[in-house]
Amino acid sequence: MAQADSSGTMVSVRGITKRFGGLTAVDDCSLEVEAGTITGLIGPNGAGKSTLFNIIAGVFPPTGGQVFLDGENVTGMKPHRLFERGLVRTFQIAHEYARLPVIENLMVVPPGQDGERLATALLRPGRIRAQDTEVRRRAEDVLDFLRLSPLKYELAGNLSGGQKKLLELGRTMMTDARIVLLDEVAAGINRALLASLANDIERLNRERGYTFFVIEHDMDLIGRLCDPVIVMAQGSVLTQGSMADIRADRRVIEAYLGMSDEEAA
Amino acid sequence: MELYGLFLFAVGFLTMAMIYAVGSLGVNINWGFTGLFNVGVAGFFAVGAYSSAVLTAPESVNHIGGFGLPVPVGILAAMVLAALVAWPIGRICLRLRSDYLAIATIGIAEILRLSFRNYQPLGGGPFGVNNIPRPFESLPGPWDQIAFLLLVVAIVGVILFLVQRAWAAPWGRVLRAIRENEDAAEAAGKNVEKFRLQAFILGSALMGLFGALMAHYVKIISPEGTEPLLVTFLPWVMLIVGGAGNNKGAVLGAILVWGLWTMTELLTGRLPDEWALRVGYLRIFLIGLLLQVVLQKFPGGLLPERPPTVPRD
Repeated sequence: MAQADSSGTMVSVRGITKRFGGLTAVDDCSLEVEAGTITGLIGPNGAGKSTLFNIIAGVFPPTGGQVFLDGENVTGMKPHRLFERGLVRTFQIAHEYARLPVIENLMVVPPGQDGERLATALLRPGRIRAQDTEVRRRAEDVLDFLRLSPLKYELAGNLSGGQKKLLELGRTMMTDARIVLLDEVAAGINRALLASLANDIERLNRERGYTFFVIEHDMDLIGRLCDPVIVMAQGSVLTQGSMADIRADRRVIEAYLGMSDEEAA
Repeated sequence: MELYGLFLFAVGFLTMAMIYAVGSLGVNINWGFTGLFNVGVAGFFAVGAYSSAVLTAPESVNHIGGFGLPVPVGILAAMVLAALVAWPIGRICLRLRSDYLAIATIGIAEILRLSFRNYQPLGGGPFGVNNIPRPFESLPGPWDQIAFLLLVVAIVGVILFLVQRAWAAPWGRVLRAIRENEDAAEAAGKNVEKFRLQAFILGSALMGLFGALMAHYVKIISPEGTEPLLVTFLPWVMLIVGGAGNNKGAVLGAILVWGLWTMTELLTGRLPDEWALRVGYLRIFLIGLLLQVVLQKFPGGLLPERPPTVPRD
């Protein structure tokens, strides 16, 4: 497992702007995610968090500005190319492969499998079988880690919302990820499952050296996992610091409650 | 004598069912594997049928060629040409979401079909291409029929084996993942466009083969032979009845649906004359009824999709 370098900047966002027609969703936003951290991204609804995530993940290009991944300019790069560079994301609404069994939801992930080439799939079944056994073992390890093994052959569409979120996290473990973008991983999960999910994220950060960049509305989870926490409001960064700093920051409260300076004073 | 007639009927029936199975397997690679709503089967069927026909038929004043080439050359060329036609279509259309892809493929299929109908040099226009050679036709009866059936069965067997292998391989797994959730597949590093294009081209090549085999079997291809009802709708129904995503289901569906189609012909032959004109509609009605019953009782088809990793119990 590739250990991420625990020093330096993993993701650097410089002056990103995104307009949808007349709406400016992200407005000259700059921030950095340090390698080895679990960095939180919070902010009121409409602050532009998910749009920024989608730009970093290559879903659509920004109107202006640049994204650097480990020093390389990756602005506008397609998601599958970013994946090759170790950037993996999960979705706010779980994106499972509904009619694939849980185990195949994981087996599909590892990049560069020989059997993904049609000619190899047709002509070299022996070579594929050995590799696929290895991929399968890896998937079984991940299912053990996430305590999903009993559901191995269940179609992923039949899982509960929380189990689907676990499976999302599991997919990031099927590759040598370096940075994982988690988009509201806690949404729709019961408290018990959430505790174990937070635990899993910490373990992945500690044991495998994943850098996490986390959008979250659950402040308890952010407080437990994330340092530093970046606050976005109206499309750009408002402030950044430890959760304790953020809690004490009057501007953050204003951003969430929508008060102007005069009203707050 | 009665028995002998029944035997010949069975040989002919199975031959047609197996030819249809090739088309149904092609639809399965598009829809069953990848979720591509390609309802332009008739277009690729026409490209395959006319290609092989023009290449292998004797020279004629009605159309270009025929070049009198050996049948295997014609059949291979049919697949290659259907794939070549599919390539630019796929490049343009595969970014469309499913229902828009359906509209685009219907339109393109009609353009292809009407080109063959109206541009006489291409395929003889309304006269079509005649005297297409059929393999083994010089053998004495009934061996010519039997040998051709065995050839078609062998072709279906080889295709079934290869397609099943591709399906169970990581290649097929990526296609199924794309079918289920394109965004997640893209985020998992898969080049979605490339895989969709491969599946589209491979399925279209089988539809071209479907057309070529039909042309050689019935020995004539004319615009009426490329009716979407016969060569788009039927293979689709066969796949849905048999089980989308299941290759054996595609073959089973071809046999069952072709059986129903043939039986309605036998039954309706006994109806009074004033009904004769309505026979065509009755057949479509019965196929629709079958589709309803199967979808109600077996939502995944008679042989539903079966993920290759799950052990049989």
